[in-house]
Amino acid sequence: MLDFLARLFQRHYRGSKDLAKERLRLVLVHDRANVSPELLQLLKDDLVGTISKYIEIDEKGLEVTLETSDNVVALVASIPVRRVKRTVKMASV
Amino acid sequence: MGEVIVVTSGKGGVGKTTATANIGAGLALRGYKVALVDADIGLRNLDVVLGLENRIVYDLVDVAHGHCRLKQALIKDKRFEGLYLLPAAQTKDKTAVKPEQMREICLQLSEEFDYVIIDCPAGIEQGFRNAIAGAEKAIVITTPEVSAVRDADRVIGLLEAADLREPKLVINRLRPKMVRQGNMMNIEDIIDILAVDLLGVIPEDEKIIITTNRGDPVIQDERSPSGEAFRNITRRILGESVPLMDLERNGNLFSRLRRMVGLG
Repeated sequence: MLDFLARLFQRHYRGSKDLAKERLRLVLVHDRANVSPELLQLLKDDLVGTISKYIEIDEKGLEVTLETSDNVVALVASIPVRRVKRTVKMASV
Repeated sequence: MGEVIVVTSGKGGVGKTTATANIGAGLALRGYKVALVDADIGLRNLDVVLGLENRIVYDLVDVAHGHCRLKQALIKDKRFEGLYLLPAAQTKDKTAVKPEQMREICLQLSEEFDYVIIDCPAGIEQGFRNAIAGAEKAIVITTPEVSAVRDADRVIGLLEAADLREPKLVINRLRPKMVRQGNMMNIEDIIDILAVDLLGVIPEDEKIIITTNRGDPVIQDERSPSGEAFRNITRRILGESVPLMDLERNGNLFSRLRRMVGLG
């Protein structure tokens, strides 16, 4: 009954399930990434391929990681640039 | 050739064994020949949930090692025409059986039975590998808790890596009242996170404890919500399209009135 009254007077009652879902979402981003280190490598290879079309980069210095801070998971890529290409080859369609 | 289905979860205690027993009994009640396999070697429990613990002579490890024929180890459930149990060994450990042996046993069973349902042990180690080795389909059980859903996600990944594509999800022990209050993840939340097809939802039900105490599957109980949920799951496995049951029907008059005026 107390619980009922609390909700009656607290219109914007936010249940604990939202917190559960949010925590679960974050933990799964890491779990799923941990399942396959191959996935990060594939992503790296694709990144190198794409970026190299426009910019000359140092492939050995490339770092791609998943970082968590304040409820956000970010894909952080550190890519040392050697030289920006003057002319960009357009992909043939 | 029958269908081989593994019931798994990752986390322990979410209801794999109870689900296996009830789905097996449900399929048998619909006239199918069903073999239940307890793959939890060293911690067998499907026998007690089914009330067949006093009839074990041979077990899965005996069959795998050729100490007896498969038919000798199968226990016939006298209450359900067509339901049989292949019990796990209790004194051995999970390394007593190899994945190839499980595959062979499942193959032999599927020649004789319409459905072979494997009760998988908790965890993702050797016992899990053995249990899924001979399966063609998988049912993943979870409860609406962070830990259980997380483990279900891990297991779904491992199943897919083992070529058991599109596992079906069963959400067990859902409490409609807590969902309504926003204190338990709802069906949509869980499906949204796991991105798999839903096979069924079983509400929290004291009847399960009572029937399990007796060694009877709850699916026979015409009036219990969990029994109805298991009957629906059985029908969906058989390919019927059954809508999700109304989880609110068991509320008392007062709580139903409160819901009607939007205060529940």
